[in-house]
Amino acid sequence: MMATVATPAIEVRGLVNRFGRQVVHDGLDMTVQTGEVFGIVGGSGSGKSVLLRTILGLHQPQAGEVRLEGRKLTGLSEQELHGYKARYGVTFQHGALFSSLTVIQNVQLPMLEHLSLDAATRDALALLKIRLVGLAESDAHKYPSQLSGGMVKRAALARALALDPPLLFLDEPTSGLDPISAAAFDSLLMDLQRQLKLTVVMITHDLDTIFRTCNRVGVIVDRKMLTDTLAGISSNPHPWIQAYFHGERAARYGAVDHAVPSDGVPRGA
Amino acid sequence: MYTRIERSATGLELTLTGAWRAVNLPAIDAELSGIDWDGATLLSVSTREAELLDLSGAWRLRKLLQQVAAAGTRIEWRTPEPELLHLVEKTLAEGGPPVPPTSSESFFQPISALGQRVMVRVEDAKSGLDFIGRVAAMSGAVLTSWRRLRPISVARHVYDTGITAIPIVALIAFLITIIIAYISAEELRQFGAEIYVVDTVTIGVLRELGVLLTAIIVAGRSGSAFAAEIGAMKLNEEVDALRASGVNPIEVLVLPRLSGLVIALPLLTVVADAIGLAAGAVLCKFLLDMSLIQYLTEMKSAIGPTTFWVGVIKAPVFALLIALSACYRGLQVRDSSRELGRLTTVAVVQSIFLVILADAIFAVAFWQLDI
Repeated sequence: MMATVATPAIEVRGLVNRFGRQVVHDGLDMTVQTGEVFGIVGGSGSGKSVLLRTILGLHQPQAGEVRLEGRKLTGLSEQELHGYKARYGVTFQHGALFSSLTVIQNVQLPMLEHLSLDAATRDALALLKIRLVGLAESDAHKYPSQLSGGMVKRAALARALALDPPLLFLDEPTSGLDPISAAAFDSLLMDLQRQLKLTVVMITHDLDTIFRTCNRVGVIVDRKMLTDTLAGISSNPHPWIQAYFHGERAARYGAVDHAVPSDGVPRGA
Repeated sequence: MYTRIERSATGLELTLTGAWRAVNLPAIDAELSGIDWDGATLLSVSTREAELLDLSGAWRLRKLLQQVAAAGTRIEWRTPEPELLHLVEKTLAEGGPPVPPTSSESFFQPISALGQRVMVRVEDAKSGLDFIGRVAAMSGAVLTSWRRLRPISVARHVYDTGITAIPIVALIAFLITIIIAYISAEELRQFGAEIYVVDTVTIGVLRELGVLLTAIIVAGRSGSAFAAEIGAMKLNEEVDALRASGVNPIEVLVLPRLSGLVIALPLLTVVADAIGLAAGAVLCKFLLDMSLIQYLTEMKSAIGPTTFWVGVIKAPVFALLIALSACYRGLQVRDSSRELGRLTTVAVVQSIFLVILADAIFAVAFWQLDI
């Protein structure tokens, strides 16, 4: 996608989040351009999830502002936020499917809240989303407890896509999946991102996923965010970043030399 | 406006305009149903003027094109066919035939439903007995060592179910006694027998009301807490984690709650008895102008050797029933949050029912034994 677009999809300026005396974010800035896949990386407790919750409007920050597609989100009332919530889809770390609803009912829930469609259309659209994420139609009437881990992630993705949002937030989309399922999920995500022209923001610890999918990476270190391309960030001298990208774990990717997937083309570029 | 239709020499020209997205589908449907497709042999479609065509819009467009094609009209594209249309096509094409949700209505359905419900009850009763057996066996095993009795955990449950319940138990005991004393005073005054208000209050509170009220409050308060705590742990796989680390959930979850409640409920009953008798004294003083000495003297003559113990002896039994049914229902929770709510309700309703049933059995038994 283009590097410069008039209004970025997400813009976070001077974000401050404090819990008691513990400062999580102190003047954090983050910009995500439309159509890119942006990875958020950081150590445990560095405030990745708090950042995500702030962008989603689930948490009011102490200071700073969040803009979604140019519209200011911070300081809005619940009612004003309601409309913006149809503009993005979210998958949570553990799926967060509603356990008392079937998969298709889970996908229909956002539709019931935001759209006034008749039941037949709703069923057809929900089934389309379920098929789109690679689940079978026979899975649609199953309850979350009957699904495997990978299927839960896919069902959560189907629910996130229920309203055809241009923005997609994923919290640890491949955690808890075996490497093959994770790779399948990544390629599904990239297909959908390309075909639906989504802007994707994901929190992930999975280096595989980062190298396969992300255009740019934001690393939360020292309560701020350092943003760069994969090649740029992995040559950053900050010790945590060095340990993350150049540790034993990362060595097998040859992250230093060519921070692009093996086919030589950065994804989404 | 989402469409524009022009008739040309060769057929119809359909131009999509506006935003073809899910939120506009009802309006798009309404507009499309007003279009007269008759007689057209060719439909040429353009998406050049559409502001937006998202996945839901593409799905609607595909449905439209399928309808038109089924009527024998040829479709031609003036603009490149939208990619999303391909995506919808591909997604819906692959995979097997649609699976209808299973619901087989048959003539015997009501009978089989009845049978199933009976079997569910039978299974429930069996597994309830199984649970009681496990608890009994485990309590025998636990008695072998001081550490396995988990005194700290038991103390916590005595505090949670007993100490923190004192204010509400005291308040309700006070109010109910006032009501009983007031009504009996109204009636007994007609016979000039106001003095027997003291007997009514004393015997009523000590034998029945004190313990029954306390048990019902505790069933609502702690029964629901037990079921919800254990149920949430079940959903969170904490119970499985206990099992996997070789710890018996009955030993660490059920027995401390059970013994905590068995200790707490008799103590709470004593509190309720004391407050009830005090409430009787207050009412007799202000309503019947009875002196405290007179009240105490009459009370002393009303209390037989067993009156107090007949009430208090029931408390541990009630505690056992409440704790067992609450923990049992808590451990039954699985899969969904709705189950948690349902089983918590079942736990409370069932423990209140069991308490009242047991009280009735006690009443008959004590009467037969002439206590």
